[in-house]
Amino acid sequence: MTDQLYQDRIVALAKAKAGAGKLASPTKSARRDNPLCGDRVTIDVKLDGQGRIAEIGQQVRGCLLCQASASALASVAVGRDAKGIAEIRHDAERAVGREAGEAHEPFAAFAPVRDHKSRQECVLLPFEALKDALS
Amino acid sequence: MSFDVVAVRRQFPILSEIIDGRPVHYLDNGASAQTPTAVLDAVRAYETTSRANVLRGVHRLAERATEGYEQAREQVARFLGVPPMEIVFTGGCTTAINLVAYSYGSLLKAGDRILLSELEHHSNIVPWQLLRQRSGIELDMIPVTEDGRIDLELLPKLVTPKTKLISLAHVSNVTGALVDVRAVVTAAKSVGAKVMLDGAQRAPHGPLDLPSLGIDFYVFAGHKAYGPNGVGVLWAKPELLEAMPPFHGGGSMIGRVTFDVTTWAPPPRRFEAGTPPIGQAIGLGAACKWMSALDWAGAHAHEMALVQRVMDGLQAIDGAQLFGPASLQNRYPVVSFQLDGVHPHDVAQTLDSFGVAVRAGHHCAQPLMDRFDLDGTTRVSIAPYNDNSDIDALLTGVKHAAKMLR
Repeated sequence: MTDQLYQDRIVALAKAKAGAGKLASPTKSARRDNPLCGDRVTIDVKLDGQGRIAEIGQQVRGCLLCQASASALASVAVGRDAKGIAEIRHDAERAVGREAGEAHEPFAAFAPVRDHKSRQECVLLPFEALKDALS
Repeated sequence: MSFDVVAVRRQFPILSEIIDGRPVHYLDNGASAQTPTAVLDAVRAYETTSRANVLRGVHRLAERATEGYEQAREQVARFLGVPPMEIVFTGGCTTAINLVAYSYGSLLKAGDRILLSELEHHSNIVPWQLLRQRSGIELDMIPVTEDGRIDLELLPKLVTPKTKLISLAHVSNVTGALVDVRAVVTAAKSVGAKVMLDGAQRAPHGPLDLPSLGIDFYVFAGHKAYGPNGVGVLWAKPELLEAMPPFHGGGSMIGRVTFDVTTWAPPPRRFEAGTPPIGQAIGLGAACKWMSALDWAGAHAHEMALVQRVMDGLQAIDGAQLFGPASLQNRYPVVSFQLDGVHPHDVAQTLDSFGVAVRAGHHCAQPLMDRFDLDGTTRVSIAPYNDNSDIDALLTGVKHAAKMLR
């Protein structure tokens, strides 16, 4: 049932809007579109001297799942480099059932997406955009 | 006598389906319509009593298959009001447009212009962009009015002596707006341009009389017109089909093959290379026969009453915004809307939990979404078998989404 998909934790993540908006002078930016559904994520990052994220801005034109994922990602991104982001991506992949193992917070909230295969890309799109921004 | 929706519904087995304890409220007909028993029976009869390849076999099954395939061509032709030999079966509506873009397009030269509109489905944009890359033709675009119609007041400026073809959606797959064919044809004829209509959203709503429209090409899809997937139709004036080179090469489309020279079969065979979608065409023929027998005056009035119910219901929901024509005039039963603060996919996903199937997103019409700066819309598309219970379930679901997701 969809009501189980849109659980309070996912809605709360989306409404938290962590990192929402543009950065004034980003080190790098990247935009990713999902051509199937039209979701669009733009990520700005400001990096420190070691390639770690000092500041992040995320803009989502997309569904609640994509908004929640971008917000969750932005909430834990600061201080991580590309490798660190790749590591937390496993949490999102585990949460939606694409990888075995237990997902850590905040991504464990996406467990209900496991039963909605067509919506899993919505959760992963912000990771794709951030990966591009850090590459 | 009023339109008997119950009798129509009985002919569609899938409407009895129960998912998660709820009946199916299928309002995604613009993407794919459901299939009546008459079509299922026709396909099954072919597969169980006549399955063979068409045209060249001399055995009894091949003769039955060929007869069924050609009878389907006659049924489609009757539905469109044209002779059977002007009907080309294709793999779908998109394939039909690509066929015209390739074959008719090969008769055009660099600098010739093709006029499209801002509300076209991608399948009536991209094939022309590919032609532009191949041959240097130019594309022009008719903008869309605030209420989601092709703005034909701009036609005189956009149609020039260089315009060779105007290709438009007969009915918009996003707004349901019906194009004023007479105005388009008049403008086209003033410069000797051809007119193609993409009938994907119009054909499922009743028989046509193509000669009276004055157009040159018409295309539609089987699966949106209560037929099977994997089949579509191109109709073109015979002199155009005759002048057009083949799209695909292979068996059936030839006159004589040598390693030096190959000659082409006459239309429609010239455009039906290889084994055609036989069972699908037979199913589509049955769908056209089924549509031709329906009371469309009653069905259309019924469909538009449901559109009014959708519009009235949505207008009573705080934050719901209708998109497209405000009235029922010159439109078909497609309604797009937005719910403020809720993405269309989330609306559609919520509706699914109420058993309501709709489409959400850009509807393969990204230029139109850009025109209105929209992420997408939620689209309700109605068929004659829909009833008030479908609309009421839709409205209940939208109210729920508005309450829970904002």
